[in-house]
Amino acid sequence: MKTETFYEVMERQGITRRSFLKFCSLTAASLGLAPALVPRIVNAMETKPRTPVIWLHGLECTCCSESFIRSAHPLAKDVVLSMLSLDYDDTLMAAAGYQAEEIIANIRQKYKNNFILAVEGNPPLNEDGMYCIHGGRPFVEVLKETAADAKAIISWGSCASWGCVQAAKPNPTRATPVHKVITDKPIIKVPGCPPIAEVMTAVVTYMLTFDRIPELDRQGRPKMFYGQRIHDKCYRRPHFDAGQFVEEWDDEAARRGYCLYKMGCKGPTTYNACSTVRWNGGVSFPIQSGHGCIGCSEDGFWDKGGFYNRVTGINTFGIESNADKVGGTAAVVAGAAVAAHAAVSALKRARSHNDQGKGGN
Amino acid sequence: MSVETTSAETAAGNTVYVYEAPVRLWHWVNALCITVLAVTGYFIASPLPTQPGEASANFLMGYIRFAHFAAAYIFAVGFLVRIYWALMGNHHARQLFCLPIFSGAWWSDLFHQFRWYTFIDKQPRKYVGHNPLAQLTMFLAITLGGVFMLITGFALYGEGAQAGSWSHTLFTSWVIPLFGQSQDVHTWHHLVAWGIVCFIILHVYAAIHEEIMSRQTMLSAIISGTRTFRE
Repeated sequence: MKTETFYEVMERQGITRRSFLKFCSLTAASLGLAPALVPRIVNAMETKPRTPVIWLHGLECTCCSESFIRSAHPLAKDVVLSMLSLDYDDTLMAAAGYQAEEIIANIRQKYKNNFILAVEGNPPLNEDGMYCIHGGRPFVEVLKETAADAKAIISWGSCASWGCVQAAKPNPTRATPVHKVITDKPIIKVPGCPPIAEVMTAVVTYMLTFDRIPELDRQGRPKMFYGQRIHDKCYRRPHFDAGQFVEEWDDEAARRGYCLYKMGCKGPTTYNACSTVRWNGGVSFPIQSGHGCIGCSEDGFWDKGGFYNRVTGINTFGIESNADKVGGTAAVVAGAAVAAHAAVSALKRARSHNDQGKGGN
Repeated sequence: MSVETTSAETAAGNTVYVYEAPVRLWHWVNALCITVLAVTGYFIASPLPTQPGEASANFLMGYIRFAHFAAAYIFAVGFLVRIYWALMGNHHARQLFCLPIFSGAWWSDLFHQFRWYTFIDKQPRKYVGHNPLAQLTMFLAITLGGVFMLITGFALYGEGAQAGSWSHTLFTSWVIPLFGQSQDVHTWHHLVAWGIVCFIILHVYAAIHEEIMSRQTMLSAIISGTRTFRE
């Protein structure tokens, strides 16, 4: 069977040429590309055979899928979901059991080194991976097997990218991010708990359209969405620079929508697109709703103590502590030691003077 | 260094020129920078109470951050000039950058200095430059600590300056992944800052203590550059 192109799939879905072109230009805009590149997207969509995607679920909560299917950009949702031949996604597909597992085997055979593997959640490695069973086998085995034939891997969400809450200390199941299990394939991390729907669809669209992975930063995240901090584009930033902060959840500053920095907002240390793309069709994002960012797209955000502390916890010291407590204590100890030492020095000196005096007499 | 520290040089009443002008100038510029950096750094992590009025009428956090960044730039430039002077200046100028760890005498002096501070040894030894214990703590706190603060500091600065800026390219791009994430870099930057504050407490105390107890000029030495041995 000849593989259909994206455009053929769309046509079959009853999408008009006009809507198709609209989609192409919207895609270009959402990817931050110049209008001159629209014809290239159109051409690619018309001529390229669509790339199948296998979507595997490991240890996760399905919030990534929930986010993905709610992509507000209507065409992106409809078209990407239909054109991206989501050939296997055990949450969304109708097939089950042997039928379903057969799909993976078929794709692996037919599209060897030419399909995208999207992974939601991560493999737990303890007890030979028995904490997450996929079709009667440890998930880690399925992951390794499928990844071996994939062209590239998308790590959906903070689970697949960093480990997330199931990897929180002491990590009883040894939940391990995908890039620490699969080391020989290009991996695109799309962290967030969940990632923003439009970011997810845009990453997939980019990969299918241009047949290459988007430009990544050193941590493997697409630069176009993870290149700036929440803080850099936060609409409350003027209050930060002015030194106007919410001090209590119910104070006047909170009502006025001042900066949530003192309430532990992690916007200044979190790389994500929430303050630009926002959520639920651009309706809002956490800070706009009056709650600080918890830094859910950052590595280790679950193990940094309270979400409401600006100076976060240091677990290395074994006790609930932070840099100010540790440093302040050290400074007080140093000061006390200095005072004690000065007292002893003065005493000793006085005594030796006395001794010398007596010796002289 | 110990070769230079002859008993003739440290004889009572003798005056030796130790700290050349650039070293002294650097010391005091550094002292000022570190004070500004420590205070503003503390207020960046734990900001002052909320300012009343419109956001456009205030720029407190902005000024605090500006002072922090400006002092950091001066500290960084001073550090580079100081490295240059370590190569060009007298041998005392190199004390901060190379520890003579292969010298048995240096270790012996180090332990003696420790015993002197813990009141075990009664007689202080005299040094033309820094005593080994002072040299070691300065090396740890200012040389290593300073480099650490500059690297992590510019990495955090580069986050705001964003991709493409020199600080992002040179520091942020590799420092953030090395620590895991930005918040970890903040935490370590903060911890080492406290370490330097502790060093300053000990450093100032030790200088006063030695001035009185070891009968040699410490405080005036870092102003005039000459060390005089009394008794």
